[in-house]
Amino acid sequence: MSMAAEPNELRDDVLNGLQLSMQLERVWRTPSGLVGALMSVDHKVVGRRYILTAFAFLLLGGILAILMRVQLAGPEKTFLSADKYNQVFTMHGSTMMFLFAVPVMEAFAVYLVPLMVGTRNIAFPRLNAFSYWMFLFGGCFLWISFLFNVGPDVGWFSYVPLSSLQFTPTKRADVWAQMITFTEVAALAVAVEIVVTVFKLRAPGMTLDRIPLFVWAMLVTAFLVMFAMPSIMVASTSLILDRLVNTRFYDSSSGGHPLLWQHLFWFFGHPEVYIIFIPGTGMVSAILATFARRPVIGYPVVILSLIATGFLSFGLWVHHMFVTGLPQLGAALFTASSMLIAVPSGLQIFCWLATLWDGRPVYRTPLLFVIGFIVIFVLGGLSGVMVASVPIDTQVHDTYFVVAHFHYVLIGGAVFPLVGAVYYWFPKIAGRMLSERLGRWNFWLAFIGFNVAFFPMHILGLIGMPRRVYTYTADMDWAHLNLVSSGGALVFAFSFAVLLANVIYSLRKGALAGDNPWNASTLEWATSSPPPPQNFDRIPVVKHRDPLWADSESLSVVAGLSAERREVLLTSLAEAEPQIREASPEPSIWPLLTAIATTIFFIGSIFTPWAVLWGTPPMAVTLIGWFWPSGSKEDEE
Amino acid sequence: MQVWVPRVLVLCMTWPLAACAGQQSALDHQGLQSEQIRHTLFIFLIVAAIVWTAVVIVLGLGLLRRKRTADQPLDLHQPFEQRSGRVVLALGIATTVVVLGLSFVSYAGQRTVFAKDENALTLKIIGHQWWWEVRYEADSPHQSFVTANEIRIPTGQPVKVELESADVIHSFWVPSLTGKMDLIPGQKNELQFTAKNAGIYRGQCAEFCGIQHAHMAFAVIAMSPDEFGRWRDHENQSANSPTDQLGKQGEALFRARGCALCHNISGTMAGGQLGPDLTHIGSRTTIAAGTLPNTSATLGAWIADPQHIKPGNLMPKMPLQSDEMIAIIHYLEQLK
Repeated sequence: MSMAAEPNELRDDVLNGLQLSMQLERVWRTPSGLVGALMSVDHKVVGRRYILTAFAFLLLGGILAILMRVQLAGPEKTFLSADKYNQVFTMHGSTMMFLFAVPVMEAFAVYLVPLMVGTRNIAFPRLNAFSYWMFLFGGCFLWISFLFNVGPDVGWFSYVPLSSLQFTPTKRADVWAQMITFTEVAALAVAVEIVVTVFKLRAPGMTLDRIPLFVWAMLVTAFLVMFAMPSIMVASTSLILDRLVNTRFYDSSSGGHPLLWQHLFWFFGHPEVYIIFIPGTGMVSAILATFARRPVIGYPVVILSLIATGFLSFGLWVHHMFVTGLPQLGAALFTASSMLIAVPSGLQIFCWLATLWDGRPVYRTPLLFVIGFIVIFVLGGLSGVMVASVPIDTQVHDTYFVVAHFHYVLIGGAVFPLVGAVYYWFPKIAGRMLSERLGRWNFWLAFIGFNVAFFPMHILGLIGMPRRVYTYTADMDWAHLNLVSSGGALVFAFSFAVLLANVIYSLRKGALAGDNPWNASTLEWATSSPPPPQNFDRIPVVKHRDPLWADSESLSVVAGLSAERREVLLTSLAEAEPQIREASPEPSIWPLLTAIATTIFFIGSIFTPWAVLWGTPPMAVTLIGWFWPSGSKEDEE
Repeated sequence: MQVWVPRVLVLCMTWPLAACAGQQSALDHQGLQSEQIRHTLFIFLIVAAIVWTAVVIVLGLGLLRRKRTADQPLDLHQPFEQRSGRVVLALGIATTVVVLGLSFVSYAGQRTVFAKDENALTLKIIGHQWWWEVRYEADSPHQSFVTANEIRIPTGQPVKVELESADVIHSFWVPSLTGKMDLIPGQKNELQFTAKNAGIYRGQCAEFCGIQHAHMAFAVIAMSPDEFGRWRDHENQSANSPTDQLGKQGEALFRARGCALCHNISGTMAGGQLGPDLTHIGSRTTIAAGTLPNTSATLGAWIADPQHIKPGNLMPKMPLQSDEMIAIIHYLEQLK
């Protein structure tokens, strides 16, 4: 096996203590200086950037939400013009879905999964860096276009034929479609990294039934990304082709069909919801175990629920199309399949409730957000059961009822756990605790603000207010509830200002965290806060599902990895038995250069098909640079 | 299917509508279909309310109950672990039973809502950016006529609307009568509904269709079958010829100033097909697809600058002198 000695190589078994730490740090650190920073392939550096960038987009998307709530606070307001409002709601949805919700979950996975499975770096770290740059450039492309008044205005769903060249002759729809391509490339890259990291880089002994629930959730999410995203890439690429070179995928007068778009979009769009929600459940499970002071009840039930949710999520897309004139029996079957997803979701909730029932809850901010999550998400799930019913959906579809429903599901199901996760893992990432006092303010403002903002929307939808209207007349009697909702939205927005203030304050003044401030059980708490570049001086050996609770004194470790070059330990898929030592890539500027070349290609190709021709050679050059043999000893075994 | 609904629940859901005249609301059921949907909705609502309340109570009790003392997180109480496993399983089965039950309730409601009546009064509705073309088609062409943004139907009689689109996807929605159905280019959809009571029911486009999606409303006016018959006979006739000098002047200007290029007024030279048919515009309640009430002042404001009232709509601002404007308005108002 690979552990066979190579006589001249320095291994981590001959060094000890500080000497080992310093040696590994020298090997694994990100080079200094600006260029060094741009070359970084450390999953923690990339993950931190990913998280910060995603939160920056949350801020931008949130500002748009406030603009909309100001416009809708009363009837016939002229704060935003019709044209501007349509851009704003499109940008809000696109930003929140593609530039915040999905990336932020992947960002947490990029940072945490390698630590939680006990390895030194993510699989394919250069691809990881490339993924971040693509995400950043795609997001900037969308937002710069918006600032130059070329922001998309056809909705985050961009239905044809409204988004076709005939009805949107400007570049606005192209900007939307190509932003999709950017973010999908980024998301697919991370998905592959997560799957390989979880399958091959787990610490020895971390058998499948010892993987932390958060990691399981991210694994299922990664598979969802790999199966769902190709559908939207096909959709958006054929839309660009229709617009650029006059193909007729969606033109009903030439044999295409507008509903083809909707099928492709929602075949992606529904799993997308679970791509956002399942990581949220992983965060909930992680936080709950720590603050209920016991493992989550029903570990196999939770995992099977995650997997079942993943499968079922591909069988429900038609419930977004109940009013397009589908055959009645077919639609009814999608009612049943949509409601059935309540079963795995429900099982998870029951497991969490049982955990809290038996646990000894420690009421810190992360747990508050998890409790808020349960209260809000269950309501959103139940309104989801309502919209899954064909007759009910014919009334509430495309009304504010649905707006209320999916904000309950997405904010309740993903953002509350996410903010809880920020409070929970901030000490690990920054080395300092967030203020508990501000945390409580944050929670209560968010919880109250959210419900005041979104609950009235259920009623607004039932009393006839459609979505995506930039104004309404005074005689519609929607004004009072809209005003209440706008007020709630301001309070909710303020809660994020408190979060931001807390982060800024605590980065300087927060109490030092230490390795394991919450006395949690998973491996990311077995290293220092923030973790050193190599994550762990020696790779831990896992003998229990909750390693830090089972071996509170000291963890067993395995030794023998190189201490003079980057090396990770590959283990077997099911049993996590050590298999091979594998070289891990050095920092490189090529992922950035490749991303720049790809960006030029992508943006160029919405203007001229020739960009496909002149855009590819630079990409080829950068990829050759990326994969140029370095002459290292890797893969000799 | 008659359902018992707690009075309080209905009040909670509907109190904000106390002031609402029931113009456009899924809770104000004036059609057989909307009534059925409301029944289904309330069954779901009751189940949802019970489940949510139960979860929150269990959550609260779970947090507040006296906890056993143990200091090690892994020091678990085995009987509890086994019992909780069984409880979770039982609740999972219960969830399955409930959602399957609700699926059947939903399907039963769906069959009623979408039941078809072969003898329904049929009309065709074509969606345009941002107005509704309404065609009453009969076997003989003399019995067929076209109007816009206002649909008159007889009460107590099933009505079938055939839905098509001239441009992008729209959605036909009159919540007081029934749920919505999309108008999709290249596809023919249909929807049937029956109004129980006479009244004016507002409807609105529910699928985002471009810059003026917010101003794409219409009215369904349900009237007694006798009244409807009289109205229909009247609509079949060509437009009234203007009786006075000002009206005649207006008719001439309507042609000369380009209005007739887009608008049809049957029985006259005006035969444009791009905009709404104006044959009986004077008898309609609103203009600009439900955006404004139909008065001489609003009509004047609209013609003077349509882009101010509904920015981005396809009607251009025509350069008109004020006396020309007065003549045209006078003419249009006579088209009862």
